[in-house]
Amino acid sequence: MSFEFSKENLEKIEVLKSRYPSPKALSLPCLWMVQYQEGYVSLEAVETIAKLIDWAPMEIYRVATFYTMFNLEPVGKYHIQLCKTLSCALCGKAEILERIENRLAIKPGESTGDGRFTLTQVECLGSCGTAPVMQINDRYYENLTPEKIDTILDSLEEGS
Amino acid sequence: MRECRIVSRKFEIDKSHTLEVAKAHGAYNAVKEAFARTPAEIVEIVGESGLRGKGGGGAPAGAKWSLMPQDDPRPSYLVVNCDESEPGTFKDRQIISKDPHLLIEGIILTSYAIRAHDAYIYIRGEYFQFQQILQEAIDEAYAAGILGKKVMGEEYRMDITVHRGAGAYICGEKSALLESMEGKRGHPRLKPKQKEPEWYFGNPTLVNNVETIASVPYIVKHGAEGYRMFGTEGSPGTLLFAMSGHVERPGVYEAEFGTSMMEYIEHYGGGIRGGKKLKAVIPGGASTAVLTAEEVSEAKMDYESMRAMRSALGTGGMIVMDEDTDMVEALKNLLEFYHHESCGQCTPCREGTGWSDTILERVLEGRGSSEDIDKLLELADTMDGKTICVFAPAVAIVIRSFIGKFRNEFEAKAGR
Repeated sequence: MSFEFSKENLEKIEVLKSRYPSPKALSLPCLWMVQYQEGYVSLEAVETIAKLIDWAPMEIYRVATFYTMFNLEPVGKYHIQLCKTLSCALCGKAEILERIENRLAIKPGESTGDGRFTLTQVECLGSCGTAPVMQINDRYYENLTPEKIDTILDSLEEGS
Repeated sequence: MRECRIVSRKFEIDKSHTLEVAKAHGAYNAVKEAFARTPAEIVEIVGESGLRGKGGGGAPAGAKWSLMPQDDPRPSYLVVNCDESEPGTFKDRQIISKDPHLLIEGIILTSYAIRAHDAYIYIRGEYFQFQQILQEAIDEAYAAGILGKKVMGEEYRMDITVHRGAGAYICGEKSALLESMEGKRGHPRLKPKQKEPEWYFGNPTLVNNVETIASVPYIVKHGAEGYRMFGTEGSPGTLLFAMSGHVERPGVYEAEFGTSMMEYIEHYGGGIRGGKKLKAVIPGGASTAVLTAEEVSEAKMDYESMRAMRSALGTGGMIVMDEDTDMVEALKNLLEFYHHESCGQCTPCREGTGWSDTILERVLEGRGSSEDIDKLLELADTMDGKTICVFAPAVAIVIRSFIGKFRNEFEAKAGR
């Protein structure tokens, strides 16, 4: 299996190269593009990035494994990331987690059998004033209550 | 309490993130004034204003700016730190989503002062929906000739690039941030003995927090004296303080330095949720020493007062805890955070955060002993002052303050 960037992404990469003093700066932007294109970061993609920005594949792999937002394996269509840090914990995170676990019958770190939902607990999302908070894919859901979880999951289940 | 709106002035205005509304309320007015002066004059004004870095460290901005060379053949860069990951801190996101043009204006002024033509905004990966608002504002500014080859008709090129992080607390540390922007792991760098700028691919670079940069237009417009009208002698101006946890109305509210913490919590936060009693406040993001209710009643929110209380102002992001809070659980929660976020570069930090997390877990599971509490304090000593960055010393402060001020709770959980 090999990985190729889409034409659109290759164009973006060329533009970005002119914005930085060195193409090496593009490792994170390229890894993001891979993740949006494929859903996760494969070893093949790491090699493609390395060639494109003239660096050793191992250097790119070191980066991909350091940052928690890069998925090194496929995740569900909806990646639920629930904040577990102090302000969310003080404001009822446990109740929210319980409701999600019961609704989807999965624990943190697991995906539903149909591959639609993955549940992860994450550290501070920087949204402490509207705790408890979760992120589903790129969007924040704030001031959560168990009832809100039902509404959100219902709408996602209907939508997919 | 005196209302003061230096960076939050447009927050409540509808569509304040758009160029049209922002301009109608004075955005980019300071650009012409700045270009009428020399870059060195801008550095001087900012120095005289006493503006201090608002990302947590509180270092004087003017001193940092004056380290930037005015006559170096290498290009200078400005990097704006929007990695906002300190638990309890959620103020920069208000600026980028409610008044991004204020930040862009600040970037233009700061870049001009340090002779930079390229600025980067490093934003935490999770903030993608706010990043999109910021990017739209930047695109609008390009289309309007505010950014690009000529800044508002002046012979000055200005490009801003938003660089997205990918989930690493440590990248808020400025040298780790620069490593990350060089495409590498976010490992903090060793600090030089002498004062010098930061370096981005070997070029002199200034790194400042979003709110620091967003304060610059006000200072250029109103002068150093205008800024010093607010705050205290040592901590001039205002800060976007934030409140979360057990308060009625959590959120971000700008206040001047020197404001009484209790008054702030009552005035803006509506007091403790459900009429409960206050137990403790972590004053400036997770990495500052926790304060007891008694200390909070005397606390003034400025750098000197917080230091005198053997804590720190930090980011001004307060985590408020009521009388029912289990302080052992609260410390466990924070140790899990630090364990997860240690970058792994230095052994005392990598191992120390893990061990302290494990020990407290044992205590919480009822398998601990009172020796464990002393072991945690010993680990705090092992982590303090023996690492490249201040991550591990901050963990030491957190452990010591929790155990020191709530030791009876820890003893009770440890069983003996």
